[in-house]
Amino acid sequence: MAEIRAEMVANVWKVVAAQGDHVDDGDTLVILESMKMEIPVLAESTGTVTTLHVAEGDVVQEGDLIAEIS
Amino acid sequence: MLNSVLVANRGEIARRVIRSAKKLGIRSVAVYSDADADLPYVSEADQAVRIGPAQPAKSYLDGAAIIEAAAQTNAEAVHPGYGFLAENAGFARQVIAAGLTWVGPDPQAIEQMGDKIRARNLMEAAGVPVSPGSREPVTDSKAALAEAERIGYPVMVKAAAGGGGIGMGMATSPAELQAAFDTARSRAERFFGSPEILLERYVQRARHVEVQILGLADGRVLALGERDCSVQRRHQKVAEETPSPGVGDALREQMLAAAVRAGQAVSYQGAGTVECLVDAEAGSFVFLEMNTRLQVEHPVTEMVTGIDLVEQQFLIAAGQPPSFDPATPRAPAGHALELRIYAEDPVRFLPGPGTITEWQEPAGEGVRVDAGYRAGNTVTPFYDPLLAKLCVYGADRESVLRRARKAVADFTVTGPKTNLAFHAELLDNPQFVSGDYDTSLITRMRPR
Repeated sequence: MAEIRAEMVANVWKVVAAQGDHVDDGDTLVILESMKMEIPVLAESTGTVTTLHVAEGDVVQEGDLIAEIS
Repeated sequence: MLNSVLVANRGEIARRVIRSAKKLGIRSVAVYSDADADLPYVSEADQAVRIGPAQPAKSYLDGAAIIEAAAQTNAEAVHPGYGFLAENAGFARQVIAAGLTWVGPDPQAIEQMGDKIRARNLMEAAGVPVSPGSREPVTDSKAALAEAERIGYPVMVKAAAGGGGIGMGMATSPAELQAAFDTARSRAERFFGSPEILLERYVQRARHVEVQILGLADGRVLALGERDCSVQRRHQKVAEETPSPGVGDALREQMLAAAVRAGQAVSYQGAGTVECLVDAEAGSFVFLEMNTRLQVEHPVTEMVTGIDLVEQQFLIAAGQPPSFDPATPRAPAGHALELRIYAEDPVRFLPGPGTITEWQEPAGEGVRVDAGYRAGNTVTPFYDPLLAKLCVYGADRESVLRRARKAVADFTVTGPKTNLAFHAELLDNPQFVSGDYDTSLITRMRPR
C-alpha cells in the first residue's frame, strides 16, 4: 500500500485517475494548482488506485492524503 | 490632478500605487478578496471594498465588481497595477465607458500589443528588429511542424494572448515540438481564453533586456533606460538589474531608440515596457513583446533615475506634464538590483504558501523593500508567489552586490517557504557576479 500525500497547500484542479484504475509508476493521478502553477501528483509505484481522497475544487493542506495505491 | 483612484489589484503593487497616490494627495480606494482582508494595502488605503471570494475569477478578475466598487466610493480613476485586468482592453473600455479615468494606455494600444502575433508584425513594420517567426496564428500541430521547418529549430512555442511565461516551451526537434505545442495550446485556452499559438526562433544564450518607456500626455515617447531580467526560472523573472552588464553604450542607444519607435507606433501613453532578447556576443537584439502597464521590476529604474514612475502614470492620466523636464532628463546614475522574494522552496521552486509568523525586513543605505505582507498574514495558494521585492541601490554593481548579500541575510520570513536561500546563492554565483550570464543561468545552477 502506497500513500500519496500533498507536498503543499494547493487547490485540486484536475483529478486524472479514477478509483479502480491501474496506474504505472510516474502516471499522473491528480493535478494541483498553487500560486498560478500546475503541479502534477504522480504515482510512485505500479498498482491499482484503491482510494482517491480528493475531488476537483478541493483545497489540500501539506501532508493531506490524496490517493492510495496497492 | 485626479482627486481619487481605485487600485484594482492586491499585495505589494496595490501598496506601491497607494504610496504614490498619498504623496500626490489622491484619495485611494483598495479592493480585496476574502483571502486578502488582513493584508497591509487594505488598511493603508483611505477606503477599502470587498469585491468577492478568494478565487481570482470572482474577485480581482471581476471587472463589473470593480467598477461597481468605484461607483460606490466615488472614485474618479482606476489604476490596474500589473497582472489581473491590467492588460485587458475590454476592461479598460468598460472603465472609460463608466466615466472613469483609466490610468494606462489607450485600450487600442493594449489590444495591438496584447496579441503577440499582431505586435510582432506591427513592430517589424515600425523598424524594430524581430526574430524569424509566425505572421499568423498556428492552428494545429501539423501547421506547427511546417512553421518550425520554415523558421528553423530550435523554436519557442507560445500563446499569442499569453504572458508570464505560462505555457511557453522550447523545441529542438519535431518530436519535442508536438509536446510543446500540446502544452502551449491547453494552457493558452485555460489561462488566456484563446487557443492561438505562435512560433519564434529560439535565441540561444540570450539575455532578456527590456526598456522602460513613458508616453507623455503631449504625445512624446521617452525611453528611461533598460533592465536586465535574465535571471529566470520557468520563464519567469527572479532578479532584475540596471544597467544591464551585457549591454554596451552603442547597443543601449539602438535599443532605446527602437523602444521609442515601438511606443510611437501605437501612440503609447503612460508607462510601458518593451521586452527584447539580446545576443550579447553578436551585440544584437530582437523584439519579444511589449507590456502595456507598470512592470513588477519598475523600482530599479526609479532608483537610478530618481523618477517615481507611478507618479508619472497619474500625471499623464490627468493630461499633465511629467514631474521632470523631458527635454533634459537626468542621466541614470549608479546601479540597482531587485530580488523577488517568492513563497517557494529555494531548490525546486515549488509553491510554499503558509501563515507568516515572523517578518523582519532589512533596512539601510540603498535598501528598499516593496512588500505585500507582514507578520500574521496568510499567504494563500490563490495568487502569484511574490511576497516582496528587495531592491538595492549603490554607486556601482560591486557595492550593490555587497549590500544585497547583507540585506538578504537580514531578511527573515518564517512560516511560508521562501527563496531567500536561493538569492544568497545567486549573489555568490561566479557567473552572476561576473555579470556574464544569460536566461539559462538558473538551469545551470540547478542541473537535473
